[in-house]
Amino acid sequence: MPTKTRAASYTTGSDQKPTIHFPAEHAERSAALPTVPNAIIECKDVNVYYNAFRAVTGVDLSFGSKEITALIGPSGCGKSTLLRSLNRMNDLIDGARVEGSVTFQGEDIYHKEVDAIEVRRRIGMVFQKPNPFPKSIYDNIAYGPRVIGLKASNMDDLVEEALTRAALWPEVKDKLKQSAFGLSGGQQQRLCIARTIAVKPDVILMDEPCSSLDPIATSRIEDLMYELREDYTIIIVTHNMQQAARVADRTAFFTALASEETGDRTGLLVEYDLTKKIFESPADQRTEDYISGRFG
Amino acid sequence: MSTLTPVGGSALLPGRPAVSLRSNRPRHGETFVRFLLRVAAILTIVITGGILIALLVPSIEFFRTVSVFDFLFGDRWAPRFADASFGVLPLVTATAWTSGIALLVAIPLGLGAAVFLSEYAKPGLRKVLKPVLEILAGIPTVVFGLFALQFVQATVFRGLFDLDTGAFSVLAAGLVMGVMIVPTIASISEDAMSAVPLSMRQGSAALGANRMQTTVRVVFPAALSGIIAAIVLGVSRAVGETMIVAIAAGGQARIVTGPLEQGQTMTGFIANAALGDSRVGSLEYDTLFAVGLLLFLVTLLFNFISIRFVRRFREIY
Ligand SMILES: Nc1ncnc2c1ncn2[C@@H]1O[C@H](COP(=O)(O)OP(=O)(O)O)[C@@H](O)[C@H]1O
Ligand SMILES: [Mg+2]
Repeated sequence: MPTKTRAASYTTGSDQKPTIHFPAEHAERSAALPTVPNAIIECKDVNVYYNAFRAVTGVDLSFGSKEITALIGPSGCGKSTLLRSLNRMNDLIDGARVEGSVTFQGEDIYHKEVDAIEVRRRIGMVFQKPNPFPKSIYDNIAYGPRVIGLKASNMDDLVEEALTRAALWPEVKDKLKQSAFGLSGGQQQRLCIARTIAVKPDVILMDEPCSSLDPIATSRIEDLMYELREDYTIIIVTHNMQQAARVADRTAFFTALASEETGDRTGLLVEYDLTKKIFESPADQRTEDYISGRFG
Repeated sequence: MSTLTPVGGSALLPGRPAVSLRSNRPRHGETFVRFLLRVAAILTIVITGGILIALLVPSIEFFRTVSVFDFLFGDRWAPRFADASFGVLPLVTATAWTSGIALLVAIPLGLGAAVFLSEYAKPGLRKVLKPVLEILAGIPTVVFGLFALQFVQATVFRGLFDLDTGAFSVLAAGLVMGVMIVPTIASISEDAMSAVPLSMRQGSAALGANRMQTTVRVVFPAALSGIIAAIVLGVSRAVGETMIVAIAAGGQARIVTGPLEQGQTMTGFIANAALGDSRVGSLEYDTLFAVGLLLFLVTLLFNFISIRFVRRFREIY
C-alpha cells in the first residue's frame, strides 16, 4: 500500500452488524468519482450478501446510457455478484441479498412493487458459458418474444433481425430448424446475444462472455459489442485486460480485501474512470499494479 | 533446459533404450471385475428369456384349444364353467378402468409434485419432502388395498356419499392405486428435472420468463425423456398392480361400463385362479399364462410407444 494505512470502519444495516476495517483510500475516492453523464443504472452504497458473507461492499457506480462499461479485477472480487444484482438475477440464488439502492432510469429495481421479471426484460444477460436452450436455432430466438408476449406481427422477421444484429444470420439462415447445440461455441454465444436482443432490452449485461471462446470468436463478439453500443447499454465483466481496453468507454476496477476482524474477503470498487484514464494513468496504485500485471 | 527425464527413457530420443508400450503387469483384479459384470449382464438376459419362455409354452398350449380371435375379442370370461368361454374383454375393460383412473390421479399429482420439488421448493423443504415421498412408495400394496376397500369404498362412497355401488368398485381401487403411483412418477420425474442444468433456467429468467414459463417451456422439454420414463413406469405399475384390485375392485369378470361397477382385472384373475387348484397342464392352468402373456405384451407396447415418442420430441441438453 503506497499511502498511509489509516483504517476506516464500515458498518452495515444488517442484523449481523459485521464491522469491517478497510484502508481509507476507498472512502476518499468514492466521493471523488467522476460523474457519468446520462446514467441509465446507478448503484448507491450497494452491499451484496450470500447469507452472512458480504461479497460486495459499498459500491457507488453509475453506468452511462449507450456506453460500454467494463468491470475488471481479480477473481472472487465480486464482479459477477455485482453484475447479477443489476438485473435481480441474484433473486434466483438462495441466501443472496442486496442492500443499498440500484436504480434503472431513476426507478429503484428492488422496490417491493417492482417486478423482477420486468426488470430482466429491460436488462438482459449473457452468461460466461454459452447456454442456448435445447431447441432449434429459430426457437431459441423466438423464445423470449413468446414468453413476454411481445406483439411481433411476424416472428420470422423478428428472428431474422435479431440474428442479423448478432452477426449470425449468414451462418445459420439455412439451418434455422436445426438444434442450437450443433453450433460452435462462438456461434452459440452470438446466438445467446441474439436471443437477448430479440426481447429488445435497454441494457445487456455480459459476464465474461468470451472466456470460453477462441481469439477469433472473441474478436467477433467484440466487434459485435461495438456495433450494439449504438442502441444498447452494455456492461461487461472481463478477465481480459486488452478486451476492456479495446471495447469499453469506462472501466471500473474492483479488488477483494480481507476484513481485519473476520478475515473474510469482500469486493470493493477501487477506481472508476474513462478506460483510457484507467489504463494510461490510473490514480490508484492497486489499479496500476493490476493493469501492469504486477498484482499480487 | 528441461530437468524432466521420461521414466524408462523414450525410443524417440537418441541414446535411450526403446521401451514397449505394452503392459507388463497382469491386471487380475480388473479382469475379474469385468468377468463378474459380464456374468451379471448375461444372467439378466437369460432370466428374462426364461420368464418369456415360461409364459409362452403354456400359452401356446392354450391357443391350441382357444382361437386368438375368440380370446381377444370375446366378451364372456367364464373359464371354469361347464360351457367355458375365454373372451378376455371383461378382464381388459376392468384393467383399463382401474389403470385409467389411477393414471388420471397419478400423472397430474406426480408431475405437480415433481415440479414443486424441483422448481419451487426451497432446498431445505425438498430435503424433507423427497424422503417422505419415497416412504410413501414403500407402503405395502395390501395396505392400500384394505384402505380402498374399507375406507374409500365402504366409508366414503357408500357411507358418506351414499353412492349406488356394491362392496367393490373399480373407482375405489383406481383412486387408491393412483395415490400409490404418485411417488413413483414424482420421484423419477423430479430427478429428471433436477438434472436440467441451472444455466438453462438462468438463461430463461434473463429473458424475462417467469418460473412457470421456464418450467413448462424449458425444463419440461429438456427433461422429457425422464418424465416419459416415469409415466411409463407408472402405467406399468397400474396395469400390473395386483393386490389393490384383487381386494377392492371385485371378483366377477363382467364388462365394466361405469366407474362404480365392480370388475375383475387381468391381474385380479391371475391372483385368484393361481390360488385355486388348477392342475398343471390343464386348460385352466394354461389360461393363467395366456392372460399373463397379454399383460406382458401390453406393458411392452407402452414401452415401445414411449421410446418412439421420446425419440421424436426430446430436447437434449
Ligand atoms: N452463489 C454463491 N453462494 C455463495 N457465495 C458465492 C456465490 N457466488 C459467489 N460467491 C462468493 O462471492 C464472492 C464473489 O464471487 P464472484 O462475484 O463470482 O466474483 P468474480 O466474478 O469477481 O470472480 C466469492 O468469494 C465467491 O466465493
Ligand atoms: Mg465471475
